[in-house]
Amino acid sequence: MRIEGRAKVTGEAKYAYEYPAEDVAYAFAVTSDVARGEVLSVRAPELPGLITVLSCMDPPDIAPVSDAELHLFQSRTVSYRGQIIAAVVAETLETAREAGRLLEIEYAPHEMDVELDADHPGLYRPEKVNGGFATELGSGEPADAFAGSPVRVDVTYATPAEYNNPMEPHATLAEWTAPDRLVVHDSNQGSVVVRDTLAQIFGLDPEHVTVVSPHVGGGFGSKGTPRPVPVLAALAARAAGRPVKLAVTRQQMFATVGYRTPTVQRVRLGADPDGRLRAVLHEAVAQTSRIREFAEQAAVATRHMYRTPNLYTGHQVVRLDVPSPSWMRAPGETPGMYVLESAMDELAYAAGLDPIELRVRNEPETDPDTGLPFSSRNLVACLNEGADRFGWAHRDPRPGVRREGRTLVGTGVAAATYPAMTMPAKARVRANEDGTFTVSIAAADIGTGARTVLTVVAAETLKAEPDAVTVRIGSSDLPRAPLAGGSMGTASWGHAVARACEALLAKLGDGLPQEAEADTADELKNRPQYARHAFGAHFAETAVDLDTGEIRVRRLLGVYAAGRILNPQTARSQFLGGMTMGAGMALMERGVLDLEFGDYLNHDLAQYHVPVCADIPDIDAAWIEEADPHLNAMGAKGIGEIGIVGVAAAIGNAVHHATGVRFRELPLTPPAVLPALAAHGLTA
Amino acid sequence: MVSGSAPPVRANIVLTVNGSLRRLTVDTRASLLDALRETLGLTGAKKGCDHGQCGACTVLLDGRRANACLALAVAQDGSDVVTVEGLADGERLSPVQEAFLAHDGYQCGYCTPGQLCSATGVLREAARGWPSAVTADVASEPPLDDAEIRERMSGNLCRCGAYQGIVAAVREAAR
Repeated sequence: MRIEGRAKVTGEAKYAYEYPAEDVAYAFAVTSDVARGEVLSVRAPELPGLITVLSCMDPPDIAPVSDAELHLFQSRTVSYRGQIIAAVVAETLETAREAGRLLEIEYAPHEMDVELDADHPGLYRPEKVNGGFATELGSGEPADAFAGSPVRVDVTYATPAEYNNPMEPHATLAEWTAPDRLVVHDSNQGSVVVRDTLAQIFGLDPEHVTVVSPHVGGGFGSKGTPRPVPVLAALAARAAGRPVKLAVTRQQMFATVGYRTPTVQRVRLGADPDGRLRAVLHEAVAQTSRIREFAEQAAVATRHMYRTPNLYTGHQVVRLDVPSPSWMRAPGETPGMYVLESAMDELAYAAGLDPIELRVRNEPETDPDTGLPFSSRNLVACLNEGADRFGWAHRDPRPGVRREGRTLVGTGVAAATYPAMTMPAKARVRANEDGTFTVSIAAADIGTGARTVLTVVAAETLKAEPDAVTVRIGSSDLPRAPLAGGSMGTASWGHAVARACEALLAKLGDGLPQEAEADTADELKNRPQYARHAFGAHFAETAVDLDTGEIRVRRLLGVYAAGRILNPQTARSQFLGGMTMGAGMALMERGVLDLEFGDYLNHDLAQYHVPVCADIPDIDAAWIEEADPHLNAMGAKGIGEIGIVGVAAAIGNAVHHATGVRFRELPLTPPAVLPALAAHGLTA
Repeated sequence: MVSGSAPPVRANIVLTVNGSLRRLTVDTRASLLDALRETLGLTGAKKGCDHGQCGACTVLLDGRRANACLALAVAQDGSDVVTVEGLADGERLSPVQEAFLAHDGYQCGYCTPGQLCSATGVLREAARGWPSAVTADVASEPPLDDAEIRERMSGNLCRCGAYQGIVAAVREAAR
């Protein structure tokens, strides 16, 4: 059971907006109605209870940071529809909302450009793609090798804009306890990065900023980098001279807190008749905004997957009048592996091979990107274990032949991968006089079970009972730690906690209390070079309704090789959660662009569908035992993201197996599926 | 300055919240959810969408599940409200709460209060023989099998994807 479980089921667990504050005022963000233009005027209503208005007509004094989204109200230029261009602060939430509605904003709208197109003249190669990876990499003669390959697949897939939609909207309670001291309760994936960013923006000593975030209602990347919410709350509190609470609305989240960019990706696979790859080319096109460059690294996973003498991966982005895309669960891997693993399925058919066998034949000995040895790589073991559990052996490969009443049934498989990072962190452990231990680290629990897992790590290292260990996380005043993101939280925090506990053990002979600290920066800098990645395999069974085009996932299995699994219950939950989001990606999630107003029009949870209970059948997650001595003190790889990677491909491949129709654009909704079935003569 | 609207209109109402009589003054524009969270300080019920689309604010209103964000507080005068804070009997958790813990039917916890109130409502509805959209024979007393649980719990979104644990928890609590 999770340590904070009882607090969560009784309602005692407090999230950012829920902390009490004396004389609190309420802010409400006001967003632009045009996709591109200039703000000409902002007129405030006369409204009892309205305290102040912030807008670009009176730019507040703040310093810029690298993310221009945080440089609030400094420019009258509107960069996308839904951009925060003003805010009101009022005595009550109701009045704030009313004031926001009544705020009169006049624009000079300009012609907008909001549609991603793989032939857009504005496409360019960014210097780096997200994660700091090279935009373009090549080896051998990929184009020629592809042209000369006996078996070829040349396919283009498209993925839509997708939205993180954590259940807790981004929220902040900001309070200036002195003119140079700021305390915020904030919903984020890492309190330290928010603290440092706020300190820079407001010209404060970081020691004078405290960010408190003990419970966070999900993030999935959208709370990984500071969003405008804490900045705006702090600005509003400064202007009002009172504590201020701010939450964006669900509708506002679709433009203000990041999303997964739509992509268009072309993959070319050239192989020998036996399926061995001669050439792999993966080109990805994505969008970014006018004010922030975010380049989704969609082709990067392809650099680590299969052995080939000729490999090309490249990215292009185009700046559009759209909200800034950002991290969403496994940015890069999720859209990229959807396409690579769908194309691999197409190659399996082209070569007349079982899709698992095709992958096994192309298993590399070393990392195709760097040539480094893998610290561990058990993709084949995952495929085999999954095949056993799923009953793959008796699968008839022929597509479109399994009819059950008015449905067609099929199964599909796809591989998964995600980097296994361990980042520098600090931790402090104290042995108390009563025999208990207190662990302190500025980690974040966004639903991952961080408290619970770090307790396990500390108790194991200290050879103590978990009950004797208290883990303090969720505040920037604790020892510095990286964010909960990139599947590196547990690995990084746990490593520092283990090292601090080891240091404490050495001191325990000297009586109580004792305290020890660890900083893993040097150790990690000097560790040997390996390609460190987690791997996995996803298996899906789908039923396609011939009357409606509705696709139901009947079974979904994930098998992972992710180092040592520290807590089976929370790990399983995280895997299943990733798979569930992957099912949403495959079947329903899509931002629908409105070309008239430049808006993603279905910006709420009634229209942007995420999986509900009835969409998700008995799904299962399993893992193989993997001992990897080259990772960290625990031998653990992160697991927060790999659960979503490749799920959409497994489902799409199952749909092809069911119907014989290859869909190359997500999501697979009835309006897309039904006409294609009819065009192929598939009717009930 | 542009013309504004009139000052807020306030009203006195009485609610029974988690068994206690509460007298409060509410802005007539305030939702029951905001009255609970901002006026009474009962922050267990969550605001996930404020539009009745996610279920995070689910409470038991006069014994039945309701989205507190879709109910105007002023219109609930005299009502009985049970929030997640009222599900336990003192220190003793309800069977639904215990089952959510045992089956890890949550991750971030933000949808959890709504899931718990909803599940509590589901058990009552099933006990009364109320059918759902997946009940084949609406005149029968449907057993609360997994398909029924999934259907009846589908008004409560969980982006962490804890549905496996949620279904297992409701199944166990129904026993």
